Amino acid sequence: MEGDLAHIGAGLAAIGSGAAAIGVGHVAGNFLSGALRNPTAAASQTATLFIGIAFAEALGIFSFLVALLLMFAV
Amino acid sequence: MADEAHGGGIQIHPMDQFKVEPLFGGDHIGMLTPTNVTLWLALAVGAVVLLLVVGTRGRAIIPSRAQSVAELAYGFVYKMVEDVAGKDAVRFFPYIMTLFMFIVTANFLGLLPMSFATTSHIAVTAILALAVFLTVTVLGFVLNGTKFLGLFWVSSAPMALRPILAVIEIISYFVRPVSHSIRLAGNIMAGHAVIKVFAGFAAVATIAPFSILAITAVYGLEVLVAFIQAYVFTILTCVYLKDALHPSH
Repeated sequence: MEGDLAHIGAGLAAIGSGAAAIGVGHVAGNFLSGALRNPTAAASQTATLFIGIAFAEALGIFSFLVALLLMFAV
Repeated sequence: MADEAHGGGIQIHPMDQFKVEPLFGGDHIGMLTPTNVTLWLALAVGAVVLLLVVGTRGRAIIPSRAQSVAELAYGFVYKMVEDVAGKDAVRFFPYIMTLFMFIVTANFLGLLPMSFATTSHIAVTAILALAVFLTVTVLGFVLNGTKFLGLFWVSSAPMALRPILAVIEIISYFVRPVSHSIRLAGNIMAGHAVIKVFAGFAAVATIAPFSILAITAVYGLEVLVAFIQAYVFTILTCVYLKDALHPSH
């Protein structure tokens, strides 16, 4: 019984990766719309883009970690 | 977990590939037991040495293939340090170059079939991230003294908000090594697990062609991820380093 609940919890935690996907999409989409308006400034901002994506993605990775812990550690 | 046997085929558990095993038999893992992690970490170090030391031994005006790859990597990391962390961070370039080359090589070695992805283990990435965290913290206090604490005191915010922001800043500062290490380990582990999940589907004949196509696609994505995660790890190191050198918020 406990194991079943843990599996449900892991599935719920996996929703978090979808939320992270929205965040990463926002960062990349806004970068692209900005880059198309001012292409000359775009190249200098790719580092910022990756930092932003990394921060947005980190929270999705946390939810993935919670799912893994529920599946294999609890 | 995968104990229901449906229609034969090979039962693969997607997390089995991350199992740490002693290299020379036995099942006891002590402090100094050579394991498959040790082997692939050593191979990663060996590959970096091969590329950067042996590859550039000729110091040719017209570089050989190995030398031009090494020069490309050097220029790439040097520019990143200079752009992100500033001109005076260049003295820490050797450390950041080492980090980048090690992580990117370990990631790529982990992508070889039958190999072991060392960077998928939080134990490995946590040491890398803790080293960065301790370096940055100690460096911040050594170079700036107590002015380093200004990092947590947002001087551009209204006075009433500053204590609340300070708490948030302190929490986010101490979460850094956690997110720094889990990002790398989680990405690599998730990618490899997804490949193994599709490999498990390949045992069922009706969806095998789709599954093999999916493995190919995910593998292509993983090659990209292997590089991007090494890049992200290094660039975040540069960002943290910049905080230590110029802590004004």
